[in-house]
Amino acid sequence: MAAYNVNGNDIEHDEEGYITDVSQWNMDLAQIIADAEGLDMTDEHWAVVNFLREYYNEYQIAPAVRVLVKAIKKQFGPEKGSNKYLYELFPYGPAKQACKVAGLPKPTGCV
Amino acid sequence: MADQQFETPAFRELRDNPPIKEGVMDHSQPYVAKPEHNEPLGFPGELVENWEEKAVAKLGDLLEKNKALRVYLDSCVKCGACTDKCHYFIGTGDPKNMPVARQDLLRSVYRRHFTTAGKLFPKLVGAKEMNKEMLDDWYKYFHQCSQCRRCAVFCPYGIDTAEISMAARDIMDHIGVGTKYSNEIIAKVHVIGNNLGLPQPALVNTMEGLEEDVEEETGVQVKFPVDQEGADVLLITPSADFFAEPHVDGLIGYGKVFHQAGINWTVSSYASEAANFAMFIGSYEQMHKIANRIRKAALDLGVKRIIFGECGHAWRVAYAFLNTLAGPWDFLDPKYPRPQHILEVTNELIKTGGITLDASANDDKVLTFHDSCNVARATRMGDVEGGQFTIPREVIKASVNKFVDMDPQTICEKTFCCGGGGGLLTDDLIELRVKGALPRMEALKDVVDNHGVTHMAAICAICKSQFSKVMPYYGFDMDMVVSVHQLVSEAIQLGTKE
Repeated sequence: MAAYNVNGNDIEHDEEGYITDVSQWNMDLAQIIADAEGLDMTDEHWAVVNFLREYYNEYQIAPAVRVLVKAIKKQFGPEKGSNKYLYELFPYGPAKQACKVAGLPKPTGCV
Repeated sequence: MADQQFETPAFRELRDNPPIKEGVMDHSQPYVAKPEHNEPLGFPGELVENWEEKAVAKLGDLLEKNKALRVYLDSCVKCGACTDKCHYFIGTGDPKNMPVARQDLLRSVYRRHFTTAGKLFPKLVGAKEMNKEMLDDWYKYFHQCSQCRRCAVFCPYGIDTAEISMAARDIMDHIGVGTKYSNEIIAKVHVIGNNLGLPQPALVNTMEGLEEDVEEETGVQVKFPVDQEGADVLLITPSADFFAEPHVDGLIGYGKVFHQAGINWTVSSYASEAANFAMFIGSYEQMHKIANRIRKAALDLGVKRIIFGECGHAWRVAYAFLNTLAGPWDFLDPKYPRPQHILEVTNELIKTGGITLDASANDDKVLTFHDSCNVARATRMGDVEGGQFTIPREVIKASVNKFVDMDPQTICEKTFCCGGGGGLLTDDLIELRVKGALPRMEALKDVVDNHGVTHMAAICAICKSQFSKVMPYYGFDMDMVVSVHQLVSEAIQLGTKE
């Protein structure tokens, strides 16, 4: 299986680049995944990633896009509290691309 | 996904046939399921030994059980009526995406092993062996069919390519070659109850969040109950409604309708999914297993009525198969003896004054409607022929003042698939999905340019996700696609009735 190399350690990922063991995530890894996705990580990107991880730790799933929008709105103000803004941060979709950077499994289904 | 390079097809000036591009989609195939995706479904983990023989044996088994399949394989006269009707052919130009060519992938093997002429003179009758090259073609091109059945509308013999594609996928699963996308999801439903993998606490949290949002916005306490024993209605809706945009806006709409009509409802965390992906892989056993979660939830919660949310193929399963799969439903209220569609419920409430809508709330929009393939060609709503076309439009027209239909050749029973149906709504097929959306995008462009359409409503979770994803490739804003109940949600008058 393919792997990201982080500070000399291999962290396995699936064919789409999602890591297979959530517990192996760290910020260096997130930066490597973000680079591979062509993302320039800003404070807002990190806020999304951190919120996703906190939510996942509590609920074992990524939050609904709506919940994520609300959290970002609370932290950064109403002009950044929209699905559209999240797409500006993560052009391949806040649910999937942000989950990949945050080390969470890909949301599956009709999404 | 930066490595996926392809060109979005250009809008055709005239809606003529695309130039033939042999083999242009030969590289397109979904990720193959791993043993951990296959085994929970009872399929072999990977390609079995003697798979050639086993595939032929499985085909023989299906021919015994499904007489229609044999008729479809026998009756094609190569008239060509279907060739230009498939959105994937129109969008790609790959001749193997002509429905007849797709059917022939299975038909040629059928002829070789199950017809006298094919056994004696294979070359004369287009009979072929089941070999690696054939299997590769099956895997690629039966996953370039969204089982939308548009071709069947135009076939003079009524040959249903979807049935053939389901059979081929069932055979492949039985020799250990399934898709990661569908099989991973089905396994998740068996364990967690929905495609998304949304556990009960997360579902409760999501629904509580919606209660807060609606109260903040409207000042009205609309409930979004989970696992409420003794509720009258069990809502079965796609789990995307709990997660994605614009799906969740539709869910808010259902909640407001129930609230205003005084209907006591709940969702179930055990059966928190309307979708039944087993239909896409042609597995009756898996379809049965998923459908029975709905029966168990309905009995456990003691509901009297089942209502399905906006999900295309779920309504096909509910409307056409649910009684055989998970019936009898004799414990339901005799007034509502079969599962209903949320649009049937809302439409009835509008007509009888059970809810009041103010369409001017949507005056910033001009709407059109995308008929979902499974609803359009495999079901009905209400008790009048064509209700599946009129009822959604009646609800939209009661919610908005400005509505325009797209080209008649692209709506109702002739509707085009969104390009992501039938188990193909996965990132690894994005090129196919973008190209397959071409005919729908062309029809949308016409009404945008000529009638000022600003939004397209849909009633299927797959359609909504697919359009949100692919519309930007064609220069449309992703927010243009809306849920029908999102429009209802904007227009509904909450509070005390006059």
